[in-house]
Amino acid sequence: MWNYTDKVMDHFLKPRNIGVIEDAEAVGEVGNIVCGDAIKLYLKLSEDKKTIVKASFQTFGCASAIASASALTEILQGKTLLEAAALSNQDIADFLGELPEAKMHCSVMGMEAFQAAMQDLQKKFPELELPAAAHETQGEDRVVCHCFNVSEAKIREVIRANNLTSVEQITHYSKAGGGCGECIPEIEKILADALGKKAPATATAAGTKMNNLQKIKLIQELFDSVIRPSLQADGGDIELVDIDGDKVLVRLQGRCAACHSAEQTLRLWVEAKLHEKVSASIIVEEVR
Amino acid sequence: MNDDVIYVDNNATTCIAPEVLQAMQPFLTRYYGNPSSIYPFSGPAAEAMRQAREALAELIGADGPDELIFTSGGSESNNAAILSALQTQIGRRKILSSVVEHPAVLNLCRSLQKRGYQVDYLSVDSRGRIDLDEAKALISEETAIVSLMAANNEIGNIYPIYELAELAHAKGALFHSDAVQSVGKVPLHLRDSQIDFLSISGHKLHAPKGIGALYRKRFVPFKPLIIGGHQEHGLRAGTENVAAIAGLGEAARMAMSDMAEEAIQLRRLRDRLESGLLSSCPDPKVNGDPSSRLPNTCNISFKYVEGEAILLRLYLAAKVCASSGSACTTGSLEPSHVLRAIGLDYKALHGSIRFSFSRYNTEADVDTILQALPPIIKDLRELSPFGRQ
Ligand code: FES
Repeated sequence: MWNYTDKVMDHFLKPRNIGVIEDAEAVGEVGNIVCGDAIKLYLKLSEDKKTIVKASFQTFGCASAIASASALTEILQGKTLLEAAALSNQDIADFLGELPEAKMHCSVMGMEAFQAAMQDLQKKFPELELPAAAHETQGEDRVVCHCFNVSEAKIREVIRANNLTSVEQITHYSKAGGGCGECIPEIEKILADALGKKAPATATAAGTKMNNLQKIKLIQELFDSVIRPSLQADGGDIELVDIDGDKVLVRLQGRCAACHSAEQTLRLWVEAKLHEKVSASIIVEEVR
Repeated sequence: MNDDVIYVDNNATTCIAPEVLQAMQPFLTRYYGNPSSIYPFSGPAAEAMRQAREALAELIGADGPDELIFTSGGSESNNAAILSALQTQIGRRKILSSVVEHPAVLNLCRSLQKRGYQVDYLSVDSRGRIDLDEAKALISEETAIVSLMAANNEIGNIYPIYELAELAHAKGALFHSDAVQSVGKVPLHLRDSQIDFLSISGHKLHAPKGIGALYRKRFVPFKPLIIGGHQEHGLRAGTENVAAIAGLGEAARMAMSDMAEEAIQLRRLRDRLESGLLSSCPDPKVNGDPSSRLPNTCNISFKYVEGEAILLRLYLAAKVCASSGSACTTGSLEPSHVLRAIGLDYKALHGSIRFSFSRYNTEADVDTILQALPPIIKDLRELSPFGRQ
């Protein structure tokens, strides 16, 4: 079901300022057809190159991408570059009343189109002194999410500009993490860092030094939260009998116990889980 | 049926046929007795179930009604079949499926991979066809079950389930087919086939949502997914949804008696739409295998425009309900896995629309779409920065 405000629908059905400005001083293009949305923004400036007198756009994308681009051009017209540099994606969302959270990345793309236009302007007129973007981008400019080509800098920027607190939100605002999901641990780290917290405990990498007590606790947790539920879903179960140094003694139950061929695979599977999360030196042994 | 909209999304779900509703009514009102009870008051409920089972068995060409287990729908049937096979096929830990399966099978397979099972997925060519030689190479003595859909929900392709079932049996593997899109649209002949399990969903053939069935060939070992009471001969616990089952039975009867003529009508509507769009829109492309497709399904892509925008405009212009494989409509950020699997050009990937007809659609519906859609595509292309010389 679509959940768009009347204003979004209005700008989607009757987009303002469509098309090309032939003598535009600045053109910004972001997104691409592979990802499913793209905006090309054209800006015509005043004589002194301080004010945006006309803005236009072309968009490939869904309803909210079209509405966001249309709103952006309306917001920009008449603004000085100084004023425009202070805008954020939230201003586009506010102008439209509201965007569904899962579509916030459309407003972010709008602001990126403006930033790209500013870079274009600087390239064409190196002598111009452009107002710096309101906020220094922090973090390296390395790609974190390969599915959607999202950089660390962009992730940090959407966290900051929108006070985001979860990975899911970051996906809604930047698309990062919305594809294969492989980058999610990395996004978690960036988020934790941005919020001034340490990375969540699950990130305990194999090989980190743990004392015995920590190790036992972690193994127990893994059994309860990951290993046993998986087996139970299959009609089997496993009991953690003892932990002796690096030796983890288990007993198979339910269907697992009766199934001889599963035994070996199962032992290896549990061992692999423990290697990954606790320590590479763990050996799993079955007791009967 | 609802005359306020032009509903051409029947692969997503269908309306309840008036006859079906009528068949259900007595069991929602007067005959509420539990079909397992012994007094005569429960008789009509048990009788309705018996008749429904018979009608459904006839519709899919089963050997007998005892081969059908009523479930809550397609997803439950898929889960029951595949999870059962993993339990009964002792020592076999491999599954073979395909990249174009519905998420109901695909995500189940993925979760099984996390639990240590090995799953192979048959690939498809640019028309969405699988290769039986590839399948042959992938099925081994370790394969517990092979699962291939009978027809694809997005592009409508009909798959060679009978042939693949034979390949599976040759290696001692079981065979399951998710047939929710086929049942009621194309004839099935399970009696002399090697198909062990087949999933059926009521709401795809004008019965209500929340009811379905699993065909299990007689004597094929089966471990129930839902354990509890002795309903369905102990194969699926839970007091039966009698009204919905009666509805499913009526839907099966209707499909059985009208299938041949309906297929002709559906194909005519679909082809009228397809040829109309091909001649009136720029750069269209029909997806799927035109030589082996469900008669009701048309999946067509328009380059340089995005599906959600098309659908929303189409709804506002003419109240047309259809669906799209674009990223913005799949509920994720990625476009349809089926269209990606057939290697559809990325310029067209986000601009795909699926129309799926039912017996209740008319030529007037098609003509409305043919009038409304081309100007929308033209408009959106004018907005798009791509596709210009
Ligand atoms: S790398 Fe980020 S979702 Fe795939």
